[in-house]
Amino acid sequence: MSELEDLYQDVILEHSKHPRNFRVVETANRQAEGYNPLCGDHYTIFLDLEDNTIRDISFQGSGCAISKASASMMSHALKGKTAVQAEELFNKFHRLMTSPDADRAADLGKLAVFAGVAEFPTRIKCATLPWHTLLAALQEKQMASTE
Amino acid sequence: MNSIVESAVSIHSHDSSGGFDVRQVRANFPILNRQVHGHPLVYLDNAATTQKPQVVLDALSSYYTQSNANVHRGVHLLSESATEAYEGARNIVQDFLNAADPSEIIFVRGTTEAINLVAQTYGRRHLGSGDEIIISAMEHHSNIVPWQMLCEEKGARLRIAPVNDDGELLVEEFERLLNAKTKLVSVVHISNVLGTINPIRQIVQMAHQRNVPVLVDGAQAVLHGKVDVRALDCDFYAFSGHKIYGPTGIGILYGKQALLDAMPPYQGGGDMIQSVTFEKTLYNRLPYKFEAGTPHVAGAIGLAAAIDYLSKIGLEAIAAHEHDLLAYGTTALNAVPGLRLIGTAKEKAGVLSFVMEGIHPHDIGTVLDRQGIAIRTGHHCAQPLMQRFGIPATARASLGVYNTTDELDALVAGIYKLKEVFA
Repeated sequence: MSELEDLYQDVILEHSKHPRNFRVVETANRQAEGYNPLCGDHYTIFLDLEDNTIRDISFQGSGCAISKASASMMSHALKGKTAVQAEELFNKFHRLMTSPDADRAADLGKLAVFAGVAEFPTRIKCATLPWHTLLAALQEKQMASTE
Repeated sequence: MNSIVESAVSIHSHDSSGGFDVRQVRANFPILNRQVHGHPLVYLDNAATTQKPQVVLDALSSYYTQSNANVHRGVHLLSESATEAYEGARNIVQDFLNAADPSEIIFVRGTTEAINLVAQTYGRRHLGSGDEIIISAMEHHSNIVPWQMLCEEKGARLRIAPVNDDGELLVEEFERLLNAKTKLVSVVHISNVLGTINPIRQIVQMAHQRNVPVLVDGAQAVLHGKVDVRALDCDFYAFSGHKIYGPTGIGILYGKQALLDAMPPYQGGGDMIQSVTFEKTLYNRLPYKFEAGTPHVAGAIGLAAAIDYLSKIGLEAIAAHEHDLLAYGTTALNAVPGLRLIGTAKEKAGVLSFVMEGIHPHDIGTVLDRQGIAIRTGHHCAQPLMQRFGIPATARASLGVYNTTDELDALVAGIYKLKEVFA
């Protein structure tokens, strides 16, 4: 069951049960919806973006433990970051999910706990859905889908 | 009352163990010997597809090693032998469904193609602007989308017969939807999500009183008991080979001869013609009119082998075994705190859909998979039904002839393990 423990790290389970920034940003000037039709995960990301800096970020919606924890930890990691930094982090997170490199978790900080997801190919989209939705919001697209 | 209900109920009232030995049945399915993530495979995803017994694999292999040839028109021995086996398979299906004539049995790719065939031929010919088609709220996408496409093309309207909180069709509401504009009813026999057995005989009677034909999606029904299309009196019946222990890529559309005769062809090509000139083509007689191109000969032979296999075990014994498993699984799952079964119809077969408080179905599926237990999670191609129950997805264990109460115990143990992970 060790792989399961790699997937469902305590930090991930804790965030899925008590998600941070699980609310609506009243001052949001960007928002996007993310949907995974395969499993029904469905989130909306809200951004208050000023001078290209994420002043506030939140999310709403429902989904599995992995997607909810990913959205929660992403929102925590991105507050105060610039749009460019956010996109950089998106790319790093994407690499964590898909690259075989040993150093793929570098510079990810707490987000590195998602490394175990890569062992579960059917669950990678759960972890990346909030990130794709974030990208859609930054790029002013309304909808993101992992399918 | 339809025959599935009758067989399941009548058998269950007396001893159902006579003659049926699940260990013997399991020995017929080579895949059940394999390990998954270091555990013996517990396969509970039979509503998605069933595993194949050795006799089906042998039939496929024997066809390709001994008599592979194209069917019809060939003068050589192999072609004769292939044609004989292919047409023999049609007779076996005819007998299986108790159809009046082999020409009423059309080989297609599966249930989805069967429904599309009716939509694109019967539907396109008979549906006009303002007309209506009735389906139920528990349909698979394959019995929704073909009708939506047709309605969009024709300016017609799709009407939905609702279900109650137990997942039973509201028959009175269905009857109220029938009117002079209704051109077709298309309903599922057994729901792939809820396990609900619909009262097809009653639905057909109601529709026929208004001269409306009925198509029945039997994808989940044929493996759970005897289906008799003449007793049901339905006009079309569709099912897939891979859901009754046969190969993928082969399925059946049954249609009453008079209806099929009056329908235009579906696809054009070889085998569906009597003669072709550049000016005009004469179409072939039934069933070939609907079988353009080289058919899935091996698939038809494999399907026939699967039906033979099921007939030897006995459809009533299978229904009784699955009924016992369903009762056992229902009791066991109901005893798990925080677990809620979705689909609690009185007349039910083979499916245990559930949700758990605080644990998403996708996480349930992953944790069970690591213990070798294969279930399905998601919307099961029935998104409108998920919306009806206000849930994004369910976890679904679905039963087959080879499943055992030990496997259901393993499922329940797996769910307790899951509760530990998410405690």
